[in-house]
Amino acid sequence: MGLDVGWAVRWLTLSAQAMAEHRVELIELDRPIGDSDHGENMDRGFKAVMDKLSEAPPETPGAALKLTAMTLMSKVGGAAGPLYGTAFLRAATALGDSSDVDAVTLAAALQAARDGIVVRGKAESGDKTMVDAWTPAVEAAAAAAAAGDGDVRKVLLAAAEAAEAGAVSTDPMLARKGRASYLGERSIGHRDPGAVSSALILRAAAGATE
Amino acid sequence: MKKLINDPKAVVDESVEGFGLAHADLVTVFPDPKYIVRKDAPVAGKVGLVSGGGSGHEPLHGGYVGLGMLDAAVPGAVFTSPTPDQILPATLAVNSGAGVVHIVKNYTGDVLNFETAAELAQAEGVEIRTVLVNDDVAVQDSLYTAGRRGVGGTVLVEKIAGAAAERGDNLDAVAAIGDRVNQNVRSMGVALSACTVPHAGVPSFELEENEIEIGIGIHGEPGRHRIPMENADGITDRLLDPVVSDLGLSSGDQVLLFVNGMGGTPASELYIVYRRAAQKLAEQGVTVARSLVGNYITSLEMQGCSITVLRLDDEMTSLWDAPVHTPALRWGV
Repeated sequence: MGLDVGWAVRWLTLSAQAMAEHRVELIELDRPIGDSDHGENMDRGFKAVMDKLSEAPPETPGAALKLTAMTLMSKVGGAAGPLYGTAFLRAATALGDSSDVDAVTLAAALQAARDGIVVRGKAESGDKTMVDAWTPAVEAAAAAAAAGDGDVRKVLLAAAEAAEAGAVSTDPMLARKGRASYLGERSIGHRDPGAVSSALILRAAAGATE
Repeated sequence: MKKLINDPKAVVDESVEGFGLAHADLVTVFPDPKYIVRKDAPVAGKVGLVSGGGSGHEPLHGGYVGLGMLDAAVPGAVFTSPTPDQILPATLAVNSGAGVVHIVKNYTGDVLNFETAAELAQAEGVEIRTVLVNDDVAVQDSLYTAGRRGVGGTVLVEKIAGAAAERGDNLDAVAAIGDRVNQNVRSMGVALSACTVPHAGVPSFELEENEIEIGIGIHGEPGRHRIPMENADGITDRLLDPVVSDLGLSSGDQVLLFVNGMGGTPASELYIVYRRAAQKLAEQGVTVARSLVGNYITSLEMQGCSITVLRLDDEMTSLWDAPVHTPALRWGV
């Protein structure tokens, strides 16, 4: 069985809860290498997504993600707004108007989201950005989709675990993109807040299948 | 955290509302989506100038809306770039048909959000040019960083490009003079203390009593390195020398010297910095033809300053001298 609009709404709801719960943690991560706004912006953005979802309930997973994209792009600001906005928009396009998303389509949508972030932010793996969470996540998702029995939950769990490991892997990296890059060597030893929020969002996607 | 605020989440709303009340003769404030436009916008036949960025840098950018400078300013959350749903209506509101120039400080978020808004405006038939400001010599400009930040030079770009638009220059000419100012301006800053973002509630970095941070930006982000406290002349040299050498100033050059306070430094100290910087430039045969000293692009209540030097030519000098009437800059009117 694939993923329906109920899953998409649960995913976004769990994401909003995660941003509220981790707001302070994300601000604290952003403080030494950024400008202390990431947790606040993500929390504000996903609260706005929740409002939009209740105003105009979407009928397909793709519609839910598109609504999320437009809301994040218009409400979050900073770099995170356009980057997550593009990610959700590309994923929504990949899902099309399907109301029952299978494992292969899901993995392709995650890939499209990552590619959107790379195009928009011009960052590569190893630059200490959210790409370092997304790249291993889409690779793990593709492997799970190819190897498995079509179980969408396994695809999302693989993506979430890889994203979490990817976020941890940013600790020793020297930032080459975004505001942390101004610090040069002093960015080493800090975890990238965008990679952490990405892992939270992908964990929420897996959680929404329960 | 001790601040003159009511609610950390309402800081920008209430501050911009107050700004609109205080300067109702010059500007109109739109609350949601939030942007500030010149009272008489759009001015017939004139190229529109729009800038914006995170709040917390006041008087930048709202304070520079008015005759001879910006037509609109778009304030984001504190230290967070504004969003396309604010930038687009601000752009449309100041378009007289002559096109609109976006003046954007080089930060990843500002660039991405203005890029999106420019695409949307162009889809609605408005011609857009973008002037990117990246004058901060503290950041190494290489493929391996997000590039130099836009700091003090932004104020000078807004004034001089604004004067060019006011005298009737066309869209490409206004953008070209903005680019020319950016190419001839360099800045570097220092923090003696950090600032506290209202919704974070704690200082954005910690400095010991005897430490200063060299090469800071304007978002409370840490700088390039940290050194023990020195006297004003020593700190001035550390800021001015890289600016002068990066600009490649030589004897006979005419410059505008801009000593900017970061929000928590008294004017008297800014003048001590100005004194040293002007003396050093004179020793090198550089003529300080114009000056600006005060809190013009700030980082909340941060203690510290930045030094900006603009290499002038006759046209830039006359555009600098041209009349301006905004909440934060006014002369010749």
